[in-house]
Amino acid sequence: MKKTLFDKVWDSHVVKSIEDGPDVLFIDRHMVHEVTSPVAFLGLKKRGLPVLHPERTFATADHNTPTVNQHLPVADPLSRNQLKALEENAKNHGISYWGLGHKKNGIVHVVGPEYGITQPGATIVCGDSHTSTHGAFGAIAFGIGTSEVEMVLSTQCIMQPKPKKMLITINGKLNKGVTPKDVALFIISKLTTSGATGYFVEYAGEVFKHLTMEGRMTVCNLSIEMGARGGMIAPDEKTFEYIKNREFTPKAKAWDKAMTYWKTLYTDEGADFDTELIFDGSEIDPMITFGTNPGMGMSITKAIPNTKDIKGGAATYAKSLAYMGFSEGESMIGKSIDYVFIGSCTNGRIEDFRAFTSIIKGHKRASNVTAWLVPGSHKVLDAIKEEGLLEILENAEFQLREPGCSACLAMNDDKIPAGKYAVSTSNRNFEGRQGPGSRTLLASPLVAAAAAITGKITDPRTLI
Amino acid sequence: MAYDSFYILKSSVVPLPIENVDTDQIIPARFLKATERKGFGDNLFRDWRYNQDNSPKLDFVLNNPTYSGKILIGEHNFGSGSSREHAAWAVYDYGFRCVVSSFFADIFKNNCLNVGVLPVQISPDFLKIIFKTVKKNPKTELIVNLPNQKITISSSGRSESFDINSYKKENMLNGYDDIDYLNNIKDDISNFAANTPL
Ligand code: SF4
Repeated sequence: MKKTLFDKVWDSHVVKSIEDGPDVLFIDRHMVHEVTSPVAFLGLKKRGLPVLHPERTFATADHNTPTVNQHLPVADPLSRNQLKALEENAKNHGISYWGLGHKKNGIVHVVGPEYGITQPGATIVCGDSHTSTHGAFGAIAFGIGTSEVEMVLSTQCIMQPKPKKMLITINGKLNKGVTPKDVALFIISKLTTSGATGYFVEYAGEVFKHLTMEGRMTVCNLSIEMGARGGMIAPDEKTFEYIKNREFTPKAKAWDKAMTYWKTLYTDEGADFDTELIFDGSEIDPMITFGTNPGMGMSITKAIPNTKDIKGGAATYAKSLAYMGFSEGESMIGKSIDYVFIGSCTNGRIEDFRAFTSIIKGHKRASNVTAWLVPGSHKVLDAIKEEGLLEILENAEFQLREPGCSACLAMNDDKIPAGKYAVSTSNRNFEGRQGPGSRTLLASPLVAAAAAITGKITDPRTLI
Repeated sequence: MAYDSFYILKSSVVPLPIENVDTDQIIPARFLKATERKGFGDNLFRDWRYNQDNSPKLDFVLNNPTYSGKILIGEHNFGSGSSREHAAWAVYDYGFRCVVSSFFADIFKNNCLNVGVLPVQISPDFLKIIFKTVKKNPKTELIVNLPNQKITISSSGRSESFDINSYKKENMLNGYDDIDYLNNIKDDISNFAANTPL
């Protein structure tokens, strides 16, 4: 039978199928962080169960951590408590833990690929919806809830029905100034935030083939924002090249053996999808969001749509625009902004900082802009320094913070104040996502850079 | 974590006619710092429910004494966004046992089923009728019958069936969860683990 990439990986991980029920799916890698795990560990304790495969489990601290003075004790007692709980749980169960200050510390979806925990053909879960990031390597990776975290800790399995399959093909060439983030925001704007609910997406076509691994991660990361369980891209030479010789990837004979499996990971010609969509890469512009969900995005040069032209309820749309302080028909270009946030598992990797510095080089930060530049991991932070990007940033009057999720979800002190506008390279522009009352405009690192030096929404193509 | 079993629920409802309600609204991230599952109900819809000085926003439905009950009626794409199970806990801990909508986000739906909240997906038309009926009479009761997979407006008798897979249904009826099941097939799992390539 002809199979898709998704079928191949899913089917080979089914321990058992329950009639008119879910599949029992074996999980190869489980990533754990401090926020969604403590109640799961507590559940294990109550049931008197151990962690079944500590060697398949990896813990890092990221959601709740400060991004300044990480060498000092964490000031917020609740955050400190959560971090301590993870450290103790990891220790008690023999799980490797990359806590604050550890040289491998960073955002869970950034460090996974960096150290080769992420591998093609693997099933990977984490109690965070952007686990879909790891799909860039041809893995089935998705976010789970805390009950499921407990399930995986205790049984290394989860129980879920097999999702439907969607193929998104984008051919053609991307234009100047168009980044993987724009590709993703473009797709979400077409599908809406529920357009892929119930599906697992495979991305194919020239555009994805030419993306770097980091670019593929950005796209797969945002799959969840159109409702999909996850997204994946078939592994190719680029993938193998990227993972080779990383700490946790197989070596020598084991590598050859793994390669034999990995080479089978592609969608068979003529395999069936439940839905197929095709877009043209050359039609994508630099994107920006204007509303309160990631589907409310558009080309940066366009005007905010009129109520009569949108799908969905008028009242919900009006509420969203009112929250943002925008009106229909307004142009985005030229709107004044207050904050710029570079970071998160969407755009907190080295290529994102390269893109950002490519624009700001030789300019100065606009005086009305507060900028938070937060590397996704220590490895990214080190690279920023080694490549001389730090100097460019400092010359332009930007400061770098220490790694973590930071203002992506604003659980720590990095909160955008109420009413302020932030151009963010993160993944969610929900009401209050970046702090109570904050107003988020999602965009690429290039758009963020252009805003950071001009103090307003600016088409980055005018600065390239 | 086991929960109370669900059989037939007859209750008045709380209507929330807003689309794309995301889990950041259901429970904002700053309330995720707990290491125990406690107190989430108090912060359900925190920023829609309270002003920054913690005074209640009187126009929000949870602060409106006209509406109460164990059933929350939502709109299209309820529970989108973050995978935080805390959202489902908050719904449960507040006292809801059932959420009705014309469309649920995936992870939220799954989380609900894992913690004992029954997500009932109905047609957009029936949802409209429910909203209308409740608007006319806020004391309107719905009967959610899990064994028969049927949801009925008590006053008019209008009803619709809903889907739930038989495995999850069995769990809900008994208050079991997946770990109970998985622990019973331990040997299958360890055999599988021994032969996996990665
Ligand atoms: S950066 Fe944001 S989306 Fe990514 S893991 Fe952290 S909180 Fe989740």
